Amino acid sequence: MTDLLDRRLLIVTGKGGVGKSTVAAALALLAAGRGKRTLACEVDAKGDLASLFETEPLAFAPRPIFPGVWGMAMHAEDSLDEYLRLQLHLPGIGRIGPLAKAFDFVATAAPGVREILTIGKLAYEVRERHYDLVVADASATGHVIGQLTAPQAINSLVRVGGIRSQTDWVLDILGDAALTGLVIVTTPEEMPVRETIELVERARQETNVALAAVVVNRVLPELFSHADEAVFERLREPAVMERLAAAAGGVAAEDVASVLDAARLAVTLRRSRTAHLELLRESIGASVPLLYLPELFTRGYGRRSTAQVAEALGAELGY
Amino acid sequence: MGEHGAAVPRGSPRSSEAGVAMTERARSVEQLLAAKEIVICCGSGGVGKTSTAAAAGVMSAVALGAKTLVLTVDPARRLADALGVGAFGNVEHQVAPAAFKEAGVEPRGELWAAMLDTKQSWDELVLRHAPDRATADRILSNPLYQNVAGRFVQSHEYIAMERLYEVHASGRYDLIVVDTPPTRNAADFLKAPDRMADFFASRLLRWLTMPARSRLLNLASRPFYQVADRILGSQFLEDIAEFFLLFQSMYDGFSERAVAVERLLHDRRTTFLVVTTLEAAPLREAESFLAALTESGYHPGALVLNKTLPAYLREPRLAGVAERLAADAPALAGAAGADVGPAPATTRVLREVAESFLNFAVVAKREAEQRAELGSVPDVVVNVPYFDDDIADLAGLLRLGRAIW
Repeated sequence: MTDLLDRRLLIVTGKGGVGKSTVAAALALLAAGRGKRTLACEVDAKGDLASLFETEPLAFAPRPIFPGVWGMAMHAEDSLDEYLRLQLHLPGIGRIGPLAKAFDFVATAAPGVREILTIGKLAYEVRERHYDLVVADASATGHVIGQLTAPQAINSLVRVGGIRSQTDWVLDILGDAALTGLVIVTTPEEMPVRETIELVERARQETNVALAAVVVNRVLPELFSHADEAVFERLREPAVMERLAAAAGGVAAEDVASVLDAARLAVTLRRSRTAHLELLRESIGASVPLLYLPELFTRGYGRRSTAQVAEALGAELGY
Repeated sequence: MGEHGAAVPRGSPRSSEAGVAMTERARSVEQLLAAKEIVICCGSGGVGKTSTAAAAGVMSAVALGAKTLVLTVDPARRLADALGVGAFGNVEHQVAPAAFKEAGVEPRGELWAAMLDTKQSWDELVLRHAPDRATADRILSNPLYQNVAGRFVQSHEYIAMERLYEVHASGRYDLIVVDTPPTRNAADFLKAPDRMADFFASRLLRWLTMPARSRLLNLASRPFYQVADRILGSQFLEDIAEFFLLFQSMYDGFSERAVAVERLLHDRRTTFLVVTTLEAAPLREAESFLAALTESGYHPGALVLNKTLPAYLREPRLAGVAERLAADAPALAGAAGADVGPAPATTRVLREVAESFLNFAVVAKREAEQRAELGSVPDVVVNVPYFDDDIADLAGLLRLGRAIW
């Protein structure tokens, strides 16, 4: 099986709130740490990737944001501009007044145009070999299929024209499992797991992009074995807590109870998620690597937490 | 339970003056909802927006005695089951009073729910705005329609607002709670009616829908046409043009409606519940969304901080106790007694308990820090605790509802 980071394009997606950008940033960091020139691309331009690297908002033009990592934000208009200049040898968008103004409407009216400009730019970077790896912090699950199938959508709607002749090489890059992989991020909760299962299904049926991995983020630790949990429950009996408080000296029994309550909460949270994890494992099948990232209890968000996630991901990948 | 309404101290002098009750600012979601007709729940994905909307609806029916409609977008299956909307889709459907009885409450009002089906809503919209049935049928059967309706000018957002307007105008409900679709940007749906109106007034649409011959002769658009032709091909442009020509017949209906929707969103009877967790990215989005609401003259009502950890995790005294349990674990295991378990097992359990407390304390402190750094917030801020399971029934919604109340 191809090593995750030996691919050239990783498209990272997932339901909102699961840590999609964090995993994308961690993948970029991990690749850079292994000597790969890596481009991290923020597709939705919300600024999450920039804040994970503690850097200024990203622009369409890539710039170094970490040793070995370049960062860019996708803008369909800029991508069109680049495409017109480099592929069609037309003057840039700025020179054609009405087009610049109307682009938004054309892109919305013509299905797949905005998407092809996004996915096309990513594939272009792969083809031009400016980087060893392109990691796309892609759109959330609802939009990503539209992006991945944009070349086919364009082919079915546009019978001639410049875009039509450009879709073939994009499809070749996306469809090559050694080059391109989809990474779906989830958390072990009901909705993210449900969306992941649906997305795996749709990705297999509607796209030619190979599923590289499913990353389960924020997995809570298993605190106790079955036998130890029985011990834990007996520790929570009032008489036992009194004895513990007395032996610890100057500690109130209620405070001991609160500390034990927190562990009870941790156990319950973990347990309520186990069923979702099992469903996920059963549904996606054994052929897809399932990677687990523990809840890291980090102090904040930024380079430090990104590095911690990268480290955990590296351990999971056996680096 | 969370600390309610932290932004406004309770029992401030104003609250005792009965005469100003009408102008008094709301201090709780309960007071807020009692005075409003429309509540829009928004926030970034995965923060519990859909559940919060449903819970607010349940509470409004139970505690305010209102005839309430929850307009939801994509509920988790068990939440859909709890609301009984799974099988009904776009059709408004009453949650059976018996289900409330089962959950141990007797609602004074009524709870209705409907799920927003974008495609079906678009079809209904076309049928309503098209000049005649024949035009409507031509639009609905146009091959581009389905593709375009799904993507067109943030059509999900527009449809949600349009549907809201329709239901509100019908006067069937005291309160309508709307769950907004997951958007790339929470503020997108606010712009949806405007963008729709812009689109119909745009030069591009006029140009696309003018006869092909005069389009070629139109000098101003020639460079644009040449580029568009090279990229998309003229056949495709013709296909689009035909489609929009049909669509333009609905112009008057759409643009009037977009203005009316905009007015309704700005009305004082409409309020916004911004939902977030205390994680960096959703919180940042919630803040910028609140700012956008205020800036554009909307009325943000409450900020719901979801899935917050219990406050006791931040107690330094308890952290001390946890450290003590870990450090003296072998001795304490002995003190606990042999009937609790073998000493090595008890020692291990005490250390796990302590470590878990300290781990969660780190997260709880980070959350408190994020909370403290929040800029301007609405009058009502509620903390909702981390519930240990997904919502599966009305009882679960009531539990969540009481936490936001």
